[in-house]
Amino acid sequence: MSELQSTGKPIIDGPIEALTFALQGEVFAIEAGLVREILDLVPVTQVPGARPFVGGIINVRGSIVPLADLRLRFGMEPTRPTIDTRIIVIDVPLDGEACTVGLLADKVFEVTEIAASSIEETPRVGMRWQPEFIRCIGKRRDDFVIIPDIEQLFS
Amino acid sequence: MSAVDPTEIFRQEAEELLEQLEQALLDLEHAEDGRELVDGAFRALHTIKGSGAMFGFEQVAAFTHEFETAFDRVRKEHLAPSRELVAVALAAKDHIRALIEQAETADAAAGDAIIQELRRVTDDGGAEIDEAPAVEPVADQTGTTTWRIRFHLAQDALVTGTKPLLLLDELRSLGTCTVTGLADAVPPLEELEPEALYLGWEAILATSHPREAIDEVFMFVLDDMKLEVERLDAPPAAGPSADPAPAPSPVGEAEAAEPDLSTVPVVVPLAAPEKTRREADAGKTTNSIRVPAERLDQLMDRVGELVIVQARLSQLAASGADTALKSIAEEIERLANELRDTTMNVRMVPIGSLFGRFRRLVHDLSRDLGKQIDLVTSGEETELDKTVVERLADPLVHLIRNSIDHGIEPPSTRLAAGKPMRGQVRLEARHAGTEVLIAITDDGKGLDRDRIRAKAEEQGLLAPGLKLSDNELYQYLFHPGFSTAREVTAVSGRGVGMDVVKRLIEALRGTIDMATTPGRGTTITLRLPLTLAIIDGLLVRIGQDRYIIPLTAVEECVELSAAEDGRSAGRSFLSIRGDLVPFLRLREVLGSNSPPDPHQKVIVVSTGELRVGLVVDQVIGNHQTVIKSLSRLHADVDTFSGATILGDGSVALILDIAQAVELGHAQADRQRAS
Repeated sequence: MSELQSTGKPIIDGPIEALTFALQGEVFAIEAGLVREILDLVPVTQVPGARPFVGGIINVRGSIVPLADLRLRFGMEPTRPTIDTRIIVIDVPLDGEACTVGLLADKVFEVTEIAASSIEETPRVGMRWQPEFIRCIGKRRDDFVIIPDIEQLFS
Repeated sequence: MSAVDPTEIFRQEAEELLEQLEQALLDLEHAEDGRELVDGAFRALHTIKGSGAMFGFEQVAAFTHEFETAFDRVRKEHLAPSRELVAVALAAKDHIRALIEQAETADAAAGDAIIQELRRVTDDGGAEIDEAPAVEPVADQTGTTTWRIRFHLAQDALVTGTKPLLLLDELRSLGTCTVTGLADAVPPLEELEPEALYLGWEAILATSHPREAIDEVFMFVLDDMKLEVERLDAPPAAGPSADPAPAPSPVGEAEAAEPDLSTVPVVVPLAAPEKTRREADAGKTTNSIRVPAERLDQLMDRVGELVIVQARLSQLAASGADTALKSIAEEIERLANELRDTTMNVRMVPIGSLFGRFRRLVHDLSRDLGKQIDLVTSGEETELDKTVVERLADPLVHLIRNSIDHGIEPPSTRLAAGKPMRGQVRLEARHAGTEVLIAITDDGKGLDRDRIRAKAEEQGLLAPGLKLSDNELYQYLFHPGFSTAREVTAVSGRGVGMDVVKRLIEALRGTIDMATTPGRGTTITLRLPLTLAIIDGLLVRIGQDRYIIPLTAVEECVELSAAEDGRSAGRSFLSIRGDLVPFLRLREVLGSNSPPDPHQKVIVVSTGELRVGLVVDQVIGNHQTVIKSLSRLHADVDTFSGATILGDGSVALILDIAQAVELGHAQADRQRAS
């Protein structure tokens, strides 16, 4: 995950259909095609010994699904859940196989289209989120939307 | 009939038939009287040829035909099946498999060579072909006999691919034959099913062949058809005219095959004595169906979910006061448990199917290594979960190879040591409680303690002078890259594999034990759980978290008295009926921050040869645990073998006892070191 690699990443060539959500005061977007469902917060079982950012598991319709807190992946402190907290269940491509993961989100907004023209490369400075986990930055109305590199996050 | 690819069905069938063929061939080598085995092999060949041609596997059919022709000699002339014959027949069998799997790449020249060899081997016995067995009392050796043969095939015969014309042609090839059609069973047009076969045939056959020859024509359709064979005493010429006209007779001759036809002679029962077994086999197959494995997996998943939901229902009912609801919940619980047991039963397959494969392995290996080895198997009927059986194949192959290569000595060494020249590898399976034990025993030279020890020290795995139990020492054999073989052979000695064997067995939640007597042999015992899907577990609580401890590992539960708790601060030992049992606080092992309950419990578990106490806050009770594997994101966590969903819908982790104990020891070591 050198800087060279991440800057060499091509910018998306078409518009993205994406689900937007809030995390630590920032708007994030993930490809809508990856999203399976959105859940209210459910009881979480901690897994002793697991990496902290995937430290818990939840029951999603009879399957055991790891719950990821991206905050911890980005090196931030966890926060207490609020009434708006949701779990976004997504399929992460891991070594060519889909792996179902729950993502904690402070709030879920909507599914929206992010125009290709609005997408820019990740700036190297001025970011509190590690650039190697960010695929690109898009724009929605006047806000910036961070599009994380899901594969990289879970690799 | 259905969307299933018929060639796929052929492949599956052929695979089974080839396996039967192989078993028969291997048995032949030792059999006293191989006639039945030869017949079995011949039948398998004949079916492969027939269905191969039907499904367009021309090369398979052509090759098998040659094979069959050669083998027919063996059968007809009662050639003694030599070692040579068995070897070349096995090669031929492999060639058929290659042809079926990938006809394009199969080596045609090799096939021809095999055929030549087969011919050569079978030619030794002389050339005359026609020899009527003396058993046939009716057959007139010199003249011809006239038979009246009436037969009705099964109604779905055309759909399943039987070709009446071929049968009739085959009858014709036996002698002079007049065939008439019987349309008496054809129903009125409105009831006629277009795909069904209503026609029957009557053939008057004058032949010098014995009665069996006729049966053989129908060999492969015999089970579903009506066949009547009568001997006509009249000379052949009179036969046809003396018989009923082919015109449809109005009388209810739908049951024409019943022996009510008044003619004197024997109406031959379908099952001649030697056919009985075959018929019984056929009866078995019609009562079983072939189901794709993934459907069974899906069924098991659904049942697993049902068991989870049922647990929630029971919990809900128990917490309320509604007696009607309670009784329904109990009923559902009973049904769900029965359904679970039945489903698990469906997935059980006898391990014999796996053992069969090893006979060939042993046969080939003993030839390659110049050792003479018998494989003795027992407990083939022991049933195990299908997945377990499948995944056992590779580890067992490896262990057997090891026994043969490392364990059993060359014949000269054996004789010098006063042992029989032929070595023996025993493969045994049996049930023991909720486990299945599979033991691989050889009567070879046994493990060399000192050499294992030297090797372990040389590789820096073991500190010199450290005391170890035998079993602990043997565990080094499972270390990656560990091999004591002085020479590397093609078979083993590279030190690749035993670690893989261990990993595969552990992935099945099994364990490996070894025992050896120098000069006498080695026994490797695999202990495996009956099923992978559901276990009985003990639900425990530590702080707010709940965990499952597999009940099979649990020996007893005792209370940790406050006095012992306090005293054990320095040393974690507990005296249980005079035995010192070390214990671990799961709270510490799992890094829980919650304060301990005042009355903690100790669950005494056994792992390997070790008894260990695990301290928990509360024992909640037994729990039917449907095992769900953890996500790949948690592949780095080996303290848990999986997770399960509890009655309230929350998730509890299933403790992997061996790993947890190891982790606890590692933590204790670190503490001591710091």
